[in-house]
Order: sequence, then structure tokens, then C-alpha cells
Amino acid sequence: MLVSNIELIPGRRILRHLGMVQGNTVRAKHVGKDILAGFKNIFGGELVAYTDLLNEAREEATQRMLEHARHIGANAVINVRFSTSSVTAGAAELFAYGTAVVLEDE
Amino acid sequence: MELIILATLTALGYFFGRIAERRHFESIRLREAQYKDILIFNERHLPVGQWRGGPLVGGNVVISVDYFKRVVAGLKALFGGRLTTYESLLERARREALLRMKADARQHGADMIINVRLETASISKGQGDQIGSVEVYAYGTALVT
Repeated sequence: MLVSNIELIPGRRILRHLGMVQGNTVRAKHVGKDILAGFKNIFGGELVAYTDLLNEAREEATQRMLEHARHIGANAVINVRFSTSSVTAGAAELFAYGTAVVLEDE
Repeated sequence: MELIILATLTALGYFFGRIAERRHFESIRLREAQYKDILIFNERHLPVGQWRGGPLVGGNVVISVDYFKRVVAGLKALFGGRLTTYESLLERARREALLRMKADARQHGADMIINVRLETASISKGQGDQIGSVEVYAYGTALVT
């Protein structure tokens, strides 16, 4: 499954467009990590736990999008975009969307 | 008593925050020199030439404010004007995210990234006592010659 955020895959031809596919996930923060983050709020610096958390969540949203694409018979997703929104305090939604396409074989 | 706590937290934030920020900028400059052979563009068209692959690469980072920055920003908010303390915070986050994206591209053996997009989100905003932090995510399409 090829993924790209431009409207083509270099060196491959698009046979069919199958419409938009999407995947999302909402993640809440861990209380223990939140306390540590509270300390970091005094001293500043990177919140590694949050970086990892959001990275994992984004990965999961992408996987769900790809599952959707596979389900409708695509073999690539192009024009992928990501978006993040904080739903309530302490939770974030990660959303990935793109266009499912069928590419010709190399 | 409360004033003493506030002053202590501000002083701690000032010293540790400054050290953290200086170290971070040093490390950013070092790695930017290291990855300067990977070119990045926010243009979506393929450059002339033969290109292969095109995996999606990305990098993210969450950076927290320190207490000093928050106090200064709180004071500045009364008079308006530039919040330089937050400007440097966001600059660090963006440059770090771009570097992580480049590191990801290097792993794929790419020498160019096109259609780079930067996305900034303030996770946990609102709520007075919440943790102030900002997430930056950079992503793009890596190209391999």
C-alpha cells in the first residue's frame, strides 16, 4: 500500500479514483505522564511521552485509513492530509484522510 | 507566601528553561548542518528528472512552555505586542519537527522532500490549570533518485 501526500505516485500511472478514505482516533493522556508533564511545565523542554503518544495515535489513524482503502480495493492513497483537534481538555483527535486510487502494476 | 512560591517557580523556569532552550537550539543547529543535503520544498510538483518511490515521511514533537515564559506572556498580554518567549518556543518546535522528518527521510534513503506541510496544534488548551504545550507535525513526500 503506497501512501503519498502529492496527487501522484512518481513513476506510476493512476487507473481509477475510488473516492476519499479516512481514519481517526481519539486519545486521552495518561495520568502519571500528566503529572510528569506538569513538572516539565515549570522547567520547559520536550514532553517525550506526549510526542510518542501523538506519534502512535497518528500511526493508528493512518492504519485505519489504509484499512478503509484496502477494503474498497485500492492499492494506494494519495493526497493524504493530517489534522489534529483537541476535543475536550486532556484528549486529542488525530485524523488522516486522502484519496484512494488504483495504480497500474509496474 | 504565595508570592514566594510564584517567584521561586518563575526563577526555576527562567534558569532551567533558558538552559533547556539553549541546549535545544545548539542541537538543532548541529543536526541542521548534518541534514542539509536533504532538500525540502513545499511545492507539490515533481522536479524535473526521474524519481522513484515517494513514501510519506513525517516527524512530530511536543514542547512544553516553562513557568517563566508563561508569566512573561501573562504580563505581556496586558499591554499587547510581541510575545518573544512564545515565538522562540514555536520556532524550536517547528525546526525540531522538520529535522525529525528529515531523519525519517534519510532512513528511506531519500534526498529530497516535496510538498512539505506543517501542522501546529496546542494540545490541552483552555482550562486554566492545564498543561501548556504545543505540538508540531511536519510531513511530506520523500523522493529517491
